[in-house]
Amino acid sequence: MTTLEDFKGRTPAWCPGCGNFSILRAFNEAMVELGLSPHEFVIVSGIGQAGKFPHYTRCHTFNGLHGRSLPVATGIKLANHKLKVFAVAGDGDCYGEGGNHLLHAIRRNIDIKLFVHDNQIYGLTKGQASPTSMKGMLTKTQPFGVLSEQFSPITLAIALNCSFVARGFAGDIEHLKTLIKEAVNHKGFCLLDILQPCVSFNKVNTFEWYRQRVYRLSDNYDPTDRVKAFEKSLEWGDRIPIGVIYKKERPTFEEQLPVIAQKPLVEQSFNFEKIRELLTKFN
Amino acid sequence: MDYSIKIGGEAGQGIQTVGDTLSHIFTRAGYYVFTHQDYESRIRGGHNFYQIRVSDKHVTASRSLIDILVALDRESISQHERELNHNGHVLYDSSFLKQNFDRPNFLDVPLFDLAVSYGGSKVMANIVAVGAVIGMLGMKPEIMYELIKKIFKKKGDEIIQANLRSAEAGYRYAREKCLTCSFMVSGFESPKLLITGNEAIGAGAIASGVKFYSAYPMTPSTGIFNFVAENAREFGIVVEQAEDEIAAINMALGASFAGVRAMTGSSGGGFALMVEGVSLAAMTETPIVIALAQRPGPATGLPTRTEQADLLFALYAGHGEFPKVILAPGNPEQAFYLTNKAFDLAEKYQITVIILTDQYLADSQWSYERFDLNKLRYQNYRLKEEDFKNLKEYKRHAFTETGISPLGIPGQSTNLVVTDSDEHDEEGHIIEDAETRVKMVEKRLFKKIPLIRKDIAPPLLYGEKNSDIVLICWGSMYGIVKEVVDEFRKRYKIAMLHFSELYPLPEDQSWIEFLKEAKILINIEQNATSQFARLLRMETGINIENHINRFDGRPFTVDELKEKLYDYLRRL
Ligand SMILES: Cc1ncc(C[n+]2csc(CCOP(=O)(O)OP(=O)(O)O)c2C)c(N)n1
Ligand code: SF4
Ligand SMILES: [Mg+2]
Repeated sequence: MTTLEDFKGRTPAWCPGCGNFSILRAFNEAMVELGLSPHEFVIVSGIGQAGKFPHYTRCHTFNGLHGRSLPVATGIKLANHKLKVFAVAGDGDCYGEGGNHLLHAIRRNIDIKLFVHDNQIYGLTKGQASPTSMKGMLTKTQPFGVLSEQFSPITLAIALNCSFVARGFAGDIEHLKTLIKEAVNHKGFCLLDILQPCVSFNKVNTFEWYRQRVYRLSDNYDPTDRVKAFEKSLEWGDRIPIGVIYKKERPTFEEQLPVIAQKPLVEQSFNFEKIRELLTKFN
Repeated sequence: MDYSIKIGGEAGQGIQTVGDTLSHIFTRAGYYVFTHQDYESRIRGGHNFYQIRVSDKHVTASRSLIDILVALDRESISQHERELNHNGHVLYDSSFLKQNFDRPNFLDVPLFDLAVSYGGSKVMANIVAVGAVIGMLGMKPEIMYELIKKIFKKKGDEIIQANLRSAEAGYRYAREKCLTCSFMVSGFESPKLLITGNEAIGAGAIASGVKFYSAYPMTPSTGIFNFVAENAREFGIVVEQAEDEIAAINMALGASFAGVRAMTGSSGGGFALMVEGVSLAAMTETPIVIALAQRPGPATGLPTRTEQADLLFALYAGHGEFPKVILAPGNPEQAFYLTNKAFDLAEKYQITVIILTDQYLADSQWSYERFDLNKLRYQNYRLKEEDFKNLKEYKRHAFTETGISPLGIPGQSTNLVVTDSDEHDEEGHIIEDAETRVKMVEKRLFKKIPLIRKDIAPPLLYGEKNSDIVLICWGSMYGIVKEVVDEFRKRYKIAMLHFSELYPLPEDQSWIEFLKEAKILINIEQNATSQFARLLRMETGINIENHINRFDGRPFTVDELKEKLYDYLRRL
């Protein structure tokens, strides 16, 4: 059995009061409750405040480039599907710079759990708009306010028939923890978008702003109804739902690959003798 | 014996089928073969050709003059008739080309009529043409029949028989009608292997234990992707067509981090997208092999043609300062062994190794007696599972004497494998302090480079040791320059210095003296700005004044380069 001590990482360099602290706590507690040990999973992260996350817990870590956590995670999962693979990204990271990878990771339905720390802002680069920033938000680089439509990751994921789509809130740690656990136990690609107040740069979407709007989905909400889920995903304004919004069992990418049906790629030894046969193809 | 056969026609007419079948027949018959292709970036129409050189001696490039021109369109005749040798023949079908050529060296073979009457379908015209060429050459047809049986084995007896009848019809027709054909064909030897540059890289990768190949299609690198994919099931390789080249390199890095040998490949445009990943590989010290098959740029350039203009781009690819190796094979044989070396060096030093080729090498076929598998090296440099399990403490980026840190596989031990694209400490965690930063640069760069240089082979000297004239070249220029040296040797004291391991330059520098002693150095490159000569000057101070450059997207033939060289020597 692991305890929270086992997940004590480096000291976070986040601003005091940042929503990331709550996510870190929910995550570590979820790992303890799932009985996972640090060496049983990998976190691949990008660059941003969220990207620093794996250093602050304990796990195998590939802290890669801005926007590129999903392809790295895909490579890891295909090389060793016995490992649990999590990707942690920021909203700019995953919905902006790495947007294309998100589409295709969802299509593949590779068994990766993606946690997006969605603060609706670029935190690390000091407050530019992100794809999830709300229309009209004024920043140093959006002098006339955000002109583009706000991006809805939940709607997009449902449109792509993503296997597991959920939204959590850093201000509701208990609920967030259950979502993380549910995602980890789900087979297939999971998108968990986590509303994460940035106390330094997002003066619009504050803890208070979210608290007034966020509500937990009721127990009789049916996440398997895709059309209803789509409708639910459009709810953003006075009320913002959190919980599992859509769920769909689909065969995973790695299950469908005959090459790794018997055992993970990394455990397959190299048979040099077979190479002679390879060269006969050219005779 | 040394014949050149050119098959010309529109895309989609089956030039490739005729060419490939003939090359394989020649190879099986024990001849040496060299082929190169010239095609447009389109699926139908246009004008393409496939040129085969067949000989009883080693041939390593194309000649300008041709002995048999198989004209599947009129364009082939108008464009290539003037390339005919004094005894050169044209094989054509007057009813298909809707034109009659009343010349003694034009052999009108009713390819389509014969195809219909003997094979039952017009599609057999290509195999009739193959039979006719074999007939013109006066070769015995048995090997052709054998090969046809092998090619169509999976398609059933009916198809085999139709093809055999068609081939025989073409063969007999040519034997009977071509009275002026007087090609001498010497006897048979042992079968040989026939292989393209791309296939050799694919085979080299598989023979080095590649387990993961992710890429995005781009000519002329796609052949490697195809070859690895064809063999994926048999050899247990995961191949994935990534959403873009950025994903391709990041996936390969993920797989490599997780413990398997991984590779990606592209051409210049796709490689441009991968560049940030090259830098990521350097910072995280993740081994990776990248095949960069060049084509003329900038931008989309000439998609199906050849150039050597991405050398300096590859050299500088990736922000920051870090070691990397660039290998540039000169032929498929070198491609096979150097791909093996690429995997070995990448894992040994935890670096990026780029295999730099071009369309000319990627698509041209060479024949060999055999590849010597004993020359391959397979050493697993990762931490052994048992050792890793027993380690009390593990630091992925530990400081060591050699700069090489232990490469552990995540999940094999309770020890954690941590790495970061940010500057990091020995454990792999993000840091900002100056002292660690300096030590990491020393580890990654200064400690490794001298060791890598020890593993780099010096350039290949072909010709006299004390030559007056030295031709300097790299990569795919090898075969062409080598044959030119062979022809000039009677008149001049001449040699070739060919570089296939381009960067870093080897620790062994004896060849530098050799260069300094030569009277005339001539640098030959398939680009506009002599990029290798610049690299050489930068690294050694040697300044080459004479340059032959070609940048029209077409490779030199032996004869074209000879002429250029004569011009040059006359002016000197
Ligand atoms: C290729 C690249 N472009 C830009 C940057 C600079 N950069 C670092 S983090 C970041 C955005 C951070 O926003 P987000 O992903 O939302 O993460 P947050 O800091 O808000 O958690 C940017 C633009 C980078 N590191 N790499
Ligand atoms: S800038 Fe915002 S997101 Fe980043 S640590 Fe500070 S509060 Fe958190
Ligand atoms: Mg953000």
